[in-house]
Amino acid sequence: MPEYTRLIHNYLRHDKKFPHVWCPGCGNGILLGSLIRAIDKTGLSKDDIVLVSGIGCSGRLPVYVDFNTLHTTHGRALTYATGVKLAKPSLNVITIMGDGDSMAIGGNHFIHAARRNIDITAIILNNSIYGMTGGQYSPTTPYGMRASTAVYNSIEQAFKISELAVTAGAVFVGRQTVYNAKLLDNLIEKAILKKGFSVVEVVTHCHVQYGRQNKLGSAVDMLKWQRDNSIPVEKAAKMSPEELKDKIITGILVDKDLPVYEEEYEKVRERAKGLA
Amino acid sequence: MGNTNQPLLLQGNEAIVEGAIAAGCRFFAGYPITPATEIAEGMSVKMPMVDGTFVQMEDEIGSMGAIIGASLTGVKSMTATSGPGFSLMQENIGFACITEVPCVVVNIMRGGPSTGLPTNPAQGDIMQSRWGTHGDHPIIVLCPHSVEECFYATIKAFNLSERYRVPVILTTDEVIAHMREKITLPPAESLEIIERVRPNVPPDWYIPYEDNSIGVPPMSAFGDGYRYHVTGLVHDVRGFPTSRPDEVDAFIHRLHRKIDKGLPYIQEGEYFLMDDAEVAIISYGSVARSAKQAAILAREKGQKVGVFRPITIWPFMRGAVEEILKNVRAVIIPEMNMGQYSREVKRVDQGYARIITLNRVDGQVITPDDILRKLKEVY
Repeated sequence: MPEYTRLIHNYLRHDKKFPHVWCPGCGNGILLGSLIRAIDKTGLSKDDIVLVSGIGCSGRLPVYVDFNTLHTTHGRALTYATGVKLAKPSLNVITIMGDGDSMAIGGNHFIHAARRNIDITAIILNNSIYGMTGGQYSPTTPYGMRASTAVYNSIEQAFKISELAVTAGAVFVGRQTVYNAKLLDNLIEKAILKKGFSVVEVVTHCHVQYGRQNKLGSAVDMLKWQRDNSIPVEKAAKMSPEELKDKIITGILVDKDLPVYEEEYEKVRERAKGLA
Repeated sequence: MGNTNQPLLLQGNEAIVEGAIAAGCRFFAGYPITPATEIAEGMSVKMPMVDGTFVQMEDEIGSMGAIIGASLTGVKSMTATSGPGFSLMQENIGFACITEVPCVVVNIMRGGPSTGLPTNPAQGDIMQSRWGTHGDHPIIVLCPHSVEECFYATIKAFNLSERYRVPVILTTDEVIAHMREKITLPPAESLEIIERVRPNVPPDWYIPYEDNSIGVPPMSAFGDGYRYHVTGLVHDVRGFPTSRPDEVDAFIHRLHRKIDKGLPYIQEGEYFLMDDAEVAIISYGSVARSAKQAAILAREKGQKVGVFRPITIWPFMRGAVEEILKNVRAVIIPEMNMGQYSREVKRVDQGYARIITLNRVDGQVITPDDILRKLKEVY
């Protein structure tokens, strides 16, 4: 049996009706494939994985895969994930969010989850637009770009998701494009295995909304743009801010160790019982 | 749980903490807010003692999300708040309704709207507790009127939540939350504690939202091998999103039917001097204490006054209220709001009895004297 057939049969739900909701050419499917391959490499049991999402195109991802899956309210995936992980730390909790989901409506939860350092892996699909609702500008829409609520072009500065995650205290932060799917596999695998709050920013394309409104071409054109504008973090370290303008810095931005919440809380229990 | 068999002097909020622990609550997520903060403080001290978990979230939205997540792993969970926080929780309360995740939300009512009167009592959230989240949804709301009842109502809230897979709101006012009374905690073995029904079929056979005679499907915990999908979208029996009219209709009706069928078990009220009453005072929470005192004083003057006190605020105790309306000539409904429960009573009154409302929204309690003065309108 070919490898991809084994992965499909093992990880996609047999009883879920396809096709999926995403547009042809969407990068979300590439991330879904990456996620499955990464989880397969970790060897974790499907029973022990909880996949939590919010609302938007990204929110629909968990329904297709054979884990414990939880499709929550807009922006709140990390709060549900917090409850799941703290109540049953043996579970491996992964959240899937979009840029609007995690940075706008869920921005507060994101920085606090990073600060708290619960062992959760947060994957953020960043396509710089609200796709499902029809192409409104998001917190990561670059200045000057067009959206259906910014037809005179966006006048807001964009969040840099990974840099925000680093500043908020996440112990592992990485960024990769869906173009570099193999590198994305490796990054997600590392993030899942990392103890503590880890973030993977997945730069992807929405050719149907963002691409069309900004005349960026087809899905293939946008993937080529990702290829041509990615700079590995090691190389970026030697470049000037001017050279890095509008580039995607890829790779692991931070990998450090801090006390993990669940382990610290176990000590709280011992103190409360007078054992420590 | 605190010591049993010896009297304690507890606040209502502290009794809620004890009740939650006795009921088996092992996860609490909260955010500081007056006048409910003592519940979070108490849980932060006691949860780790019983191998439970306390987490202080970044806001009440997060608290509500966290307790739903915890409950999905099979752990009984609770949060506590007051008006502004309760407003923030509403969207996720709706998520718990549609996904049928058991959890308990305590709302200690203070003066509103908005920041309102944080340290004063009110009963302005009666309608919000029923209709705060959007869409047609069933919900259960309990309202204790003493410290001891805070303990038992909290246990009942968990039991109902587990039995019907529905969020239960435990609401009372600042007076009850901060008042201290004597309470003797019962031994654990004397309490009836209900656990959610879990699937006993092999995982392959598990259909997570399949209807049955009681309309409450068994609920698996994340990690137990029953991998299934949970979504706030309307879903079919397998948990997958659907917009097929027949599936949507059956689902929404089942959510309501499971509560309707449970009404005799869910609804609880206290009848005080009601046997021969010709005038009834209908009241709940701290106001019911004044109502009882007013009834006693009225009877000293020969006026046959009784009190009906719904402990179950929602679903509205229509049967009990209709029966009272048919048997008295007047009903007085004192509330610390502009008239919320009284709207329901008026709705079912088919001209049976005269209905008189008594409303106070100045942040002060309704006194027995206030009620006695109102009684003059019918005597």
